[in-house]
Amino acid sequence: MSSPDLQRPAPQLLEGWGRCPRVEAPALASDDLPAITREANLSRGLGRAYGDAALPDGGDKLVAVTPLADRVLHFDTEGGKFRAEAGLSLYTLNRITMPQGWFTPVSTGTQFVTLGGMVASDVHGKNHHVSGTFGRHVSALKMRVADGRILEISRDHEPELFRATLGGMGLTGHILEVEFQLEAISSPWIYEESERLPDIETIMTRLSASSDDWPMTVAWIDTSSKGKKLGRGIVMTGRWATAEEAKAGMPPEKREITVPFTVPHGVVSRFTLGLANTAWYTKHGGKYVKHVAHPQDYFYPLDAIQEWNRGYGPKGFTQYQCVMPSEPALFRQLLELFQKMGGASFVTVLKDCGPQGEGLLSFPKRGTSLALDIPVRSGTQALVDAMNEFVLKHDGRIYLAKDAFTRREHFQAMYPNLSAFNAIRQQWDPEGRISSAMATRLIDEVQG
Amino acid sequence: MSAHKKIALLGGTKGMGRALARQLAARGDALCLLGRGGEALEASATDLIARGAEGRIFTAHCDLLDLDSFAGALDEAARLLGGLDTVIVTAGMFGTQEALEADDDLRRKMLMVNFSGTVEFCEQARRRLLANAGGGTLCVFSSVAGDRGRKPVALYGSTKAGLSHYLESLDHKHRAEGLVTLCVKPGFVKTGMTAGLSPPPFAGEPEQVARDVIKAIDKGKPLLYTPGMWRWVMFIIKRLPRFVMRKIGF
Repeated sequence: MSSPDLQRPAPQLLEGWGRCPRVEAPALASDDLPAITREANLSRGLGRAYGDAALPDGGDKLVAVTPLADRVLHFDTEGGKFRAEAGLSLYTLNRITMPQGWFTPVSTGTQFVTLGGMVASDVHGKNHHVSGTFGRHVSALKMRVADGRILEISRDHEPELFRATLGGMGLTGHILEVEFQLEAISSPWIYEESERLPDIETIMTRLSASSDDWPMTVAWIDTSSKGKKLGRGIVMTGRWATAEEAKAGMPPEKREITVPFTVPHGVVSRFTLGLANTAWYTKHGGKYVKHVAHPQDYFYPLDAIQEWNRGYGPKGFTQYQCVMPSEPALFRQLLELFQKMGGASFVTVLKDCGPQGEGLLSFPKRGTSLALDIPVRSGTQALVDAMNEFVLKHDGRIYLAKDAFTRREHFQAMYPNLSAFNAIRQQWDPEGRISSAMATRLIDEVQG
Repeated sequence: MSAHKKIALLGGTKGMGRALARQLAARGDALCLLGRGGEALEASATDLIARGAEGRIFTAHCDLLDLDSFAGALDEAARLLGGLDTVIVTAGMFGTQEALEADDDLRRKMLMVNFSGTVEFCEQARRRLLANAGGGTLCVFSSVAGDRGRKPVALYGSTKAGLSHYLESLDHKHRAEGLVTLCVKPGFVKTGMTAGLSPPPFAGEPEQVARDVIKAIDKGKPLLYTPGMWRWVMFIIKRLPRFVMRKIGF
């Protein structure tokens, strides 16, 4: 029946996936997005952005929390057009569409993201070199803009606002509904081949060669190995299995385990991460492996461990993800810099990217992207600064959905379309009602 | 598990009712969603179908503030479903004590909907279920708020106390005739209804409540606390002396 009086709730602790930084702010969660976005300054989905992208700018700002708004509004099982409320998770989407022979056109590395978040971060996946970012497949959005109106926008209606919203980090308004085109799949299973390779040069060569033959590619690299072995790792290539290759039936639900408590600070160290890297590299065994994989193991290996972010200890962690031209020498230098400054990472991923999408602040562009998980310590700011200077010098940039430490001047030099983005934001939200901690840190005009 | 049911569900568009509708539809029960109509009701039906409902999904108009809409809604549901063996009510209104004290309209509406409207709806459902050869199940969401007079839920809780009392009596009176009445008492559950309230310990998720409710319906239970922990929380609260209840804010 009627909603309760949507009074201002008591502040609660909000954090990103990296658990650093944290903000106390009032947040409203409801299945009625039009109601809770009326007064809200920012929408937040499942909180999987690592840094401050889904955190409000200070404790007096109101956050609309979307995951209860998860109704499917349209699903054309013949043509693959799909529309749902912005809080629908990729986890649920997959369970709805896969039995019908459809899959999200672009998948992140976790299922615990919402459609609204996938649009706001213009996410990419293992198929970026073929399919681009999620935004490419979005045909329409329902938005609540800063003046309170609710609008249906697309490439035909308010195209500038539409493009700024793809990758716009939720700063152009509240995303209420998302309409997009699903990808037809030949089976719900993945045919995967993976190859272990001895250094960063062979990894990157193999990665780029694979992208001609494979719709999905990614590499995992060992960040603890040095010298000749630096950047050794595993290139993983995949495609949807054909009906003949596929195992019988739908992939069974996997059991998940949960990290039950926050691991004490210091357990995750350079030493333990080195051991973990070596173990992972060795575990792959033989040089070349082929098999039919469970889609969950293939797309979302880390989802098997719920709340794995607790493993990095009470101070949290950050992810450093950048894209640079696909020259192995650059990545070797960046990894050497990372090691020299004491960096260590377990989850380290390389992915070759296709051309930039439409979104003004969309992250991927032609080149290779590198993602490193970094436990937060006293030297983290200096490490991120040094890496950003290197990346900037080589025409690269960082991914906002992961970031918590980048400085304003570095960010602004990385995104040439920022002024166009700001102009659209100014036009739609002249009073600056929609804001986030990230926007204050990196984008908004400094007052006075 | 029993054969597929034919269920009229009032309140299936939101919160716990939405989660319950999804799980019932997924296991093959035929559902008629009752509600005030319009976009929300149709969108919820579309959602169930898109999620792969095994049974058939219908909608019919019903408004808890309009006592005259009940008989027609239930008859329409029975016609669409080709019979009716289960009626579920999850609909209800919530308001904080402060808001209900301050706002005359909100208070009167809440009192009407949560008690008079719901009980009258149950009376209409009772008649129809008793007329079935095999009887049926009436499942209604009350609340733990009705278990003890407490400061923060003086008004809301009193409607739920009355409702729980009615539902218990109904089960005593008609179980022998084949009508099973289930009174569901959810504790704090994270839904749009509780948006803005800080969740206490043992706060539940709508999906968990829905699983518990389906189990209780299948087993023919008369009373369900969900999440289960609330049974013990209320066990203690019901036994606290008055001087303690006067002191604490809970």
